[in-house]
Amino acid sequence: MAAVTTTARQKAGWTTANLVVIALALIPVLWLVSLSFKTPTAVVDPSFLPKQWTWSNYFGSTGILRTSQFIRPLINSIGIGLIATLIAVVLASMAAYAIARLQFPGKGVLIGMALLIAMFPQISLVTPMFSIERAIGLFNTWPGLIIPYVAFGLPLGIYTLSAFFREIPWELEKAAKVDGATPFQAFTKVIAPLAAPGMVTTAILVFLFCWNEFLFAISLTSTIASRTAPASIAYFSGSSQFTVPTGPIAAAAVVITIPIIIFVVFFQRRIVAGLTSGAVKG
Amino acid sequence: MADIVLEHVTKRFPDGALAVNDFSMNIADGEFVILVGPSGCGKSTTLNMIAGLEDITEGELRIGGKVVNNMAPKDRDIAMVFQSYALYPHMTVRENMGFALKLAKTQQAVIDEKVNEAARILDLTQHLDRKPANLSGGQRQRVAMGRAIVRDPAAFLMDEPLSNLDAKLRVQTRTEVSRLQRRLGTTMVYVTHDQTEAMTLGDRLAVMRAGVLQQAGTPKELYDSPDNLFVAGFIGSPAMNFMGAAVEDDTLRTSIGAIPLSPALRQTLEQSKVGRDVIVGIRPENFEDVALVPPDQRSQGITFRATIEVVESMGSDVFVYFTQESDLSAKVEQLADLAADAGRDAGSQDETVTARLGTETRIREGDNAELWADTRALHVFDPQSGINLTKEIAP
Repeated sequence: MAAVTTTARQKAGWTTANLVVIALALIPVLWLVSLSFKTPTAVVDPSFLPKQWTWSNYFGSTGILRTSQFIRPLINSIGIGLIATLIAVVLASMAAYAIARLQFPGKGVLIGMALLIAMFPQISLVTPMFSIERAIGLFNTWPGLIIPYVAFGLPLGIYTLSAFFREIPWELEKAAKVDGATPFQAFTKVIAPLAAPGMVTTAILVFLFCWNEFLFAISLTSTIASRTAPASIAYFSGSSQFTVPTGPIAAAAVVITIPIIIFVVFFQRRIVAGLTSGAVKG
Repeated sequence: MADIVLEHVTKRFPDGALAVNDFSMNIADGEFVILVGPSGCGKSTTLNMIAGLEDITEGELRIGGKVVNNMAPKDRDIAMVFQSYALYPHMTVRENMGFALKLAKTQQAVIDEKVNEAARILDLTQHLDRKPANLSGGQRQRVAMGRAIVRDPAAFLMDEPLSNLDAKLRVQTRTEVSRLQRRLGTTMVYVTHDQTEAMTLGDRLAVMRAGVLQQAGTPKELYDSPDNLFVAGFIGSPAMNFMGAAVEDDTLRTSIGAIPLSPALRQTLEQSKVGRDVIVGIRPENFEDVALVPPDQRSQGITFRATIEVVESMGSDVFVYFTQESDLSAKVEQLADLAADAGRDAGSQDETVTARLGTETRIREGDNAELWADTRALHVFDPQSGINLTKEIAP
């Protein structure tokens, strides 16, 4: 293989391409941020930066962080997201471990089913789930959203985690067994700590899925008792019947984007870094 | 400390493959036993069955008099060192070595004492708080040994523990392992594919091929009187030379000349009804440059001429290689196995012979040299079964 040499021209080409992609991705976000700082009367102002900066969309008398119409859904989002993530990661780690390590009848079917669930169009499930949840009293409750989120988070979790488990040398587990560990101890004391980066990755992915989810959130809830933040935005009302709540919508969108940015900034290295180096000869 | 008894142990994998077939062996308390054989011969599977990492399909395994067939590894009181060392990467050396004791709910003070003691023996004291990733290969290997030692188990099981070390370190660690075993006096079962390692380390060797125990015995027994072709070819370095031979009246006709049959050998051959064709084996060390053989000893062997193709001078020995044309084929399944293991081609009709000569030899490459073969040390094998017919009458 010849060494890859980058000419100045290639460099310039790549830089331009990257800048275009970044601009396409970031300009709408920046525009949204700008919009959230504009006064209600200036939302039709076409200029990119607000002429007059204001926090009123966030903290004003009708600001989103002053109204339970958004605060409560935000709490719902965090609570439902965390619980669903926790359940999904615990279940997925066990399932993934079994898939990565054990031979058992029906393994292929299990993997196939997980994939099927991941592929299934959610819109086709909304109506039956609406009816089922109404019938058994789960409609407009936290469990009513947690259960479908766990169901859809599991395939994602199983796939990511089984890849991580496969990376862990099997001999470590044998060593743990010979050292006197029960299978459960081997899993919790040796395998799980080594798969921690994988679990964190999975948790973030599942949490982001729950956090961003809109279809179930809007279909399976009816009040702010269980409505999540993205769904609540659709129910924002303007200061009068005839004003569009553009400012608050933009502000709410910014608020729900912040956790995602934090995740990416803080956990990026953690996701990428592996703990398994040095386990075997290397 | 305990003895390990394997009785008719068989391992059949779910896909029907027979990995170990009817393996029986008594390993005495404190004995150092080596399981040796080419890759895929079932030696690691046997070790895993002793450890409890593989189920035993048939047969009985007893450790210290107790049947442990259905016992989990943790209840068998054995420690194992893996080829990859299998150190826990998220734990320090200290935690790695103390892990088993911690699981056994030993008091922290006792754990510390035992870990420090093991670290001292293995010269790891200054590395106790480092992670395995920051250790060299040799240090990792010692940590793996330390993890086994602190347990003070009934038996040590070692699965090719030296094969990830470089050649020099391997020889050095080999002596350390040997010294450690003598010092601790714990029963040890050691798996390797390297016959040199096996010969130098073990009290007793068990040679395996294709899941079947071929022969068990001391290194000297295996070297001097191998049971069959496979053991003869596997033990010894360089390997024994095999040649096709035909029994003709009072002699064995081979490509290096006619070898007179001793009365005992002749009688054995007649009794065994092998027929005319046999295989003879002569170790490289049973050849010599005629010029270096005292005249009174020459009659105990035969002399022949050969064109020397390669001369390798190792300082302490000189190895010469030559090829003899032969119309007698020595092609046997067991030999093909050995050849495949050594990366040689077994299909050729010509017989390549390796001979070890004294360092004073003047033989050069390309010479048509006169060589001497000590026929007292001859082995004769049945070409069908591979059985050594001369085992009983070996010198």
